Amino acid sequence: MTDVLIVVALLLVAGAATAAVLNRDPVRQALVLSFLGLALALLFTFLQAPDVALSQLAVGSAVTPLMILLTVRKVRRRSGNDHGADEPAGRER
Amino acid sequence: MSFRFRLWVFLVGAAGFAVLFAVACFGLPAFGSGHHPYGVRAVRASLNHHTANVIASVNFDLRAFDTLGEETILFAAVLGAVVLLRQTQDERRKTPEPAVVHPRVRRFALLTLPLALLVGLYVIAHGQISPGGGFQGGVVTATALHLLYVASDYRALERVRPLTVYEIGEAAGEAAYVVTGFAAVLAGSAFLANVLPFGTLATLSSGGTVPLLNAAIGLEVASGVVVLLARFLDQAVEIEEPGEDEESGDPREIEKPRESQGPGKPRESEEPRGCGRPKESEGPEASGASRDDDNRDDKRE
Repeated sequence: MTDVLIVVALLLVAGAATAAVLNRDPVRQALVLSFLGLALALLFTFLQAPDVALSQLAVGSAVTPLMILLTVRKVRRRSGNDHGADEPAGRER
Repeated sequence: MSFRFRLWVFLVGAAGFAVLFAVACFGLPAFGSGHHPYGVRAVRASLNHHTANVIASVNFDLRAFDTLGEETILFAAVLGAVVLLRQTQDERRKTPEPAVVHPRVRRFALLTLPLALLVGLYVIAHGQISPGGGFQGGVVTATALHLLYVASDYRALERVRPLTVYEIGEAAGEAAYVVTGFAAVLAGSAFLANVLPFGTLATLSSGGTVPLLNAAIGLEVASGVVVLLARFLDQAVEIEEPGEDEESGDPREIEKPRESQGPGKPRESEEPRGCGRPKESEGPEASGASRDDDNRDDKRE
């Protein structure tokens, strides 16, 4: 039973990692990276390493994608896209 | 060193590594077997010090000095990011416009914020008993605070997040770890040795110095991640460079050929920038004609 779970988690990781590489848009890549972090956390849990899984969950699927998204926003603002277009909640109150 | 020589050095090194790696891989115990010489010793040492979470015992007791190095790496990384992402002379700070958040998003974020905060603090406090510890809990705590940015906007986050406090907190966490280490020296033992009474197994006060070091790491990581994300958020939301303002929204590819059209058409270059787009959308014939003009100009040049 555990082996089946490990194999499923490994396949998820391989799929998510490939998708992250094949995506060319950094915003989508960040979301796929977040999913990859989730899959890795699952894999570590099944491999009985909950400490590593927690680290992966916190850093890999939350902080890293957030930093990528913030960097993308900064770069897009610099290249002269209309500001606020990449922020859906940026309308006037 | 010539290129060929370097290539040969690399190939010899790579071949040697490949052979040794292959031999080592065949010497590994089978996947999921019951033979763990290091694990057995680590568990014994951990239980001797009444620390239920063996990972925490390895990180903060057996290899506490390694963890000091890791903590310092994070400290230095955050420091580097702060220096790199600071506001430079020609950049100015612009107050971001208040954002409208969908009520459901706001409700969800406000509901999860205290929950995530509590989970983070719980994970830090119970590092010596259950999986997790200062690092994991610290990151969760710092991320939880940023749910306020999701629920409202950046100004709300800035109001409840005095950055100076977190900068001091990061330094204090790093210092507390070192001070705990030197306290062991003063007590007549080695640096970062576990000198405190071990307490009862699987209670909050068990593990001697492990909960203290956990708390120090938790403070350092939580504050460090908050400071790090604050720098990124500042750059993404508030700080503006000279080039990036409202007028940079106009695509410049359209303006440039117009300026290079020469003295023949002075009227168009006098127009304000904002009028560029509606002119283009007048009709296919008009834009086609102007493109022909451009081509002719190019040929003349």
